Amino acid sequence: MNIQKSMENGKILLTLSGRLDTTTAPEFQTKLLDEIKNDADILLDFSAIAYVSSAGLRALLAGQKAIMPRKKTMVLRRVSEEVMDVFDMTGFSDILEIEE
Amino acid sequence: MADITVPATTEQLDVVLAFIEGELEKINCAPKKRRQIAIAVEEIFVNIAHYAYRPIEGEATVRCNIDTERDQPQIIIEFLDSGKPYDPLGRDDPDVTLSAEERDIGGLGIFMVKRLMDDVKYEYMDGKNILTIQKNV
Repeated sequence: MNIQKSMENGKILLTLSGRLDTTTAPEFQTKLLDEIKNDADILLDFSAIAYVSSAGLRALLAGQKAIMPRKKTMVLRRVSEEVMDVFDMTGFSDILEIEE
Repeated sequence: MADITVPATTEQLDVVLAFIEGELEKINCAPKKRRQIAIAVEEIFVNIAHYAYRPIEGEATVRCNIDTERDQPQIIIEFLDSGKPYDPLGRDDPDVTLSAEERDIGGLGIFMVKRLMDDVKYEYMDGKNILTIQKNV
């Protein structure tokens, strides 16, 4: 997976591409938790992610749990229909903030 | 019927997924179903890699059979390991309505497998765990 960082109106934007699976999720989680320590809002561009397994969900949950006590937000945008199916099936669409 | 036997380690996940993808390429399977099958295969294989033989290592065999004789072709994938007897279907489904603070990730993988496949079966036979998943493609 590839992770690109940029800034958007003071928020940290991470643009992801590839698979968020057992192999790639640990790297993503490390990067995400590092960025959360900057105490800024996080945007995750999911448009180039076509595949999320439970390992990817675990990383996203870790991010959500880490950012909430800081009163910042982690927002997913441009989530594909298939990945949205996975979020709906597992109740993650209620846990995560996902842009319409 | 095709099969592959690999060390039961997460490093082998890509090998197993490539094997299944190769089998699915022989039929006309929609990309959405291919990805659903890939998620199920990942969840089951990774479970075996993490837990079946711990703390030692062992092997896992993945068998794939695509039945094209039916009106709707069906894929049947079996996962065999000789590790500790363990029925992953025996545990309760996770509560998917809990908030992020209360949420624990355990059991989510096998829950997804059940939701993504048309049928999931477990048996222990001849010293082997055999998990079988089936889906109309």
